[in-house]
Amino acid sequence: MADNEQRMSLLSIGLVRGLVGQFAGILLGFALVVLIRALAGYDEVWSTEPAWVVGAILGALGFLIAIGAMSDWFSWWRGGETPFVHGPRHPGRPTWARYFDVDYNHKVIGIQYGVTGLIMLCIGGSFAVIFRSELARSGLQFLQPATYNTFIGMHGWAALFGIFIGIGGMANYLVPLMIGADDMAFPRLNSFAFWINVPAIVLLLISLYYTWDAGWTVYPPLSLKGSPGFQLVFWSIFLLGFSSILGSLNLVATMLRMRSPGMSLFRMPIFCWAMMATSLIQLTATQLIAMSFLMLSLAREATLAMPFFVPVLNAAGVNIGGDPTLFQHTFWFYSHPAVYVWVLPGLGIISELLPVFARKPLFGYRWIAISSLAIALVGFLVWGHHMFTSAYSPNLRVWFMVSTLLVAVPTGVKFFSWLGTIWGGKLSFPTPMLFTLGAISVFLLGGLSGPVLATVATDLHLQDTYFVIGHFHATIFGGFVFPFFAAIYYWFPKITGRMYNEQLGKLHFWLMLPAFWLMSVGQMSVGVAGMRRRIVDYDPLLGGMTRFNLGFVEIVQILITISAFVIAFSILIMIYNLFHSAEVGRVAGANPWRSRSPEWQIPSPIPEQSYPRPLHVVGEPYDYGLATSPRFVAGDD
Amino acid sequence: MAVANPVAPGAGHVESAHSEAAHGHVPTYAETLANNRLGLWLFFISEAFLFGGLLAVRFYLWGGTRPEVSQFIGLLVTSVLLLSSISMYTAEAALENGNRRLFLTLLLVTAFLGLVFLGGVMIFEWGLFPSLYEGHLTPWGDKYGAVVFLMTGMHAIHVISGIIFILIVWNLGRKGHFSPSRKWGVESAAIYWHYVDLVWIFFYPAIYLIGTAVTH
Repeated sequence: MADNEQRMSLLSIGLVRGLVGQFAGILLGFALVVLIRALAGYDEVWSTEPAWVVGAILGALGFLIAIGAMSDWFSWWRGGETPFVHGPRHPGRPTWARYFDVDYNHKVIGIQYGVTGLIMLCIGGSFAVIFRSELARSGLQFLQPATYNTFIGMHGWAALFGIFIGIGGMANYLVPLMIGADDMAFPRLNSFAFWINVPAIVLLLISLYYTWDAGWTVYPPLSLKGSPGFQLVFWSIFLLGFSSILGSLNLVATMLRMRSPGMSLFRMPIFCWAMMATSLIQLTATQLIAMSFLMLSLAREATLAMPFFVPVLNAAGVNIGGDPTLFQHTFWFYSHPAVYVWVLPGLGIISELLPVFARKPLFGYRWIAISSLAIALVGFLVWGHHMFTSAYSPNLRVWFMVSTLLVAVPTGVKFFSWLGTIWGGKLSFPTPMLFTLGAISVFLLGGLSGPVLATVATDLHLQDTYFVIGHFHATIFGGFVFPFFAAIYYWFPKITGRMYNEQLGKLHFWLMLPAFWLMSVGQMSVGVAGMRRRIVDYDPLLGGMTRFNLGFVEIVQILITISAFVIAFSILIMIYNLFHSAEVGRVAGANPWRSRSPEWQIPSPIPEQSYPRPLHVVGEPYDYGLATSPRFVAGDD
Repeated sequence: MAVANPVAPGAGHVESAHSEAAHGHVPTYAETLANNRLGLWLFFISEAFLFGGLLAVRFYLWGGTRPEVSQFIGLLVTSVLLLSSISMYTAEAALENGNRRLFLTLLLVTAFLGLVFLGGVMIFEWGLFPSLYEGHLTPWGDKYGAVVFLMTGMHAIHVISGIIFILIVWNLGRKGHFSPSRKWGVESAAIYWHYVDLVWIFFYPAIYLIGTAVTH
């Protein structure tokens, strides 16, 4: 192996090759724009924005071609055959190199997604820690307003990349294993869908060079003015959308077509149902944000100035142009369902883990499965609740309020199922279970603050305040971050074959949970006191003077900032724990949690081919504590 | 996470050793075909939301009005595109009947008709070649130009990719790649082409027929 490592040149690492390809593609895009402008007779041949638009597209293409994510397809187009083989695509290389290159094994792709997602969450969190330090005191400390506004947008999108990619990690690693499949339905598409995220991340990070100060929602007309950084953000998210659509298409096809014998739809582990609902949203709704961001890109003055979102008055004073509210409709038609994309997989993880640690059947399995689909469906009918203060028919507000409150029904089904599962169970509390219970408590906080915002009368007061921030972070930490960490600790022994450090895991949890509660309740409190979001400075006396000789809002802001640092520190503990335990942790064995799920019936770490012999499923997935209920029989072929 | 692999370095990779030992299940052509068909239809469902979104933009911004456009050109390009669907269908049927010559010819006819459609849109609707035809709509002028360019532009991207797809299939067919029983490439190109055609069947009335024409 040492010989092999010596032979690995820098360019044989796929990621490096891809980045070089992206750089070349960007330069080619710049050159193309200069050439076209010169031929068209412009005086100024250089124009930054069109250059970046073409550069972003060709750069992404360059990345994917250079890393080899499309090589097999090119070969097909020329009539070549590329039979599918299990195992590394470059057998001589060290194992780590697989993770930095195109690989068709869903377990490798799952780890690629998971680690990239964690990195993006850390980047997103770092932005939060930076601007939280600024907010600890009123007045301007060290950030200029434009920088501050760019950072809040970057915090939003970097963290959302982390969430999307983190979900991709859980889904790609777990779904094929859970349904007893050897791999995804389309392994090449799977790899492509992962790698397209990387040029997208590069574009997002380049956008920092310019400032873009319209927040993560990039509402026009603000996002139509200002720096070329906006174009980079639009195209970065456009590429992320490709990953969402292609990845979810693959997951749906996998779940419908690749299940092992006896694995009927209602015998799938419940996480698969959560991913089915998630994927159906991602497959469809993502098109709308792609369209919206494409329209923004074309609507900017430096590109085609197409007036979708700004009024144009003719000689008679009639508007023959567009309307900024249109963007809000198309944006939220995606972005509200997207919120359920972010939480449904996490809720699936909660339902998946509770029965294992309660040693009881999951309460109401079918209802949970159907409730995920119901949340996905209702999610398409509620986008208007983001726009109660925008210009659309006031009568429609009532209907959006009703449909939004309807979401509480399937979500309530999940909560009561969790309670029913815990009730009378033989509970144990290792780290994954702690994070699962923590997730439920945090999601409850997010859930209970939801109807206040769904109700028109109260929302009109709370729109764009920190109350929204508190509500949103509670739903996302409860619906994604806590369950994601639970999943990482829970499947860590399956992935690495070794156990994480339980003490450090518990320390992580007991630092993060109280800190998060303080942060979220604090955000809601300053919101009720009247503090607006997206603002670098605030009136310290909002909410009145306290006996500590500081304004209420300022005291709470200090507490929120301290909480943010505690959360960041606790996550560093987790990262140390994961890396350290992967080397020195005790050997975990095949099924340390005594789970009935298929992936725990095979060795840890899982061999290259998960199920050399087909898995025959005969029993129900969650019959814990029922000694007479078999789950699998050995395959006969 | 690969560091946790307990197999000693130098002893060969546990993965490759395993893949040689266990052959496992190699998907058959029929299984792959069923996967591919499902995948393509899921893609169409996804794309339906894109084109549905574009239609929603049209109705939101235009309402009961539409731009003053040449009905003759609209009818002409629509007819050409519909004819190309017929030739595509007949090409696939010719392959199934073992008539390779007709199959290849009709693929080229389809690609040609697609190019004629594209040329019609580019010359007469977009006014890209003012020496041939003075286009009266601009993308930046008003909401009519903007939406026409957005809808026809997004559709044109699909037409162009469809033509490239058909030409790739033609080239493979020329090398003798397809048989009546193994023709997923032809089948997918044909369905894709019909889908692009179907989208136009919704776009044509939305742009050319519905609403009162507004001079601007």
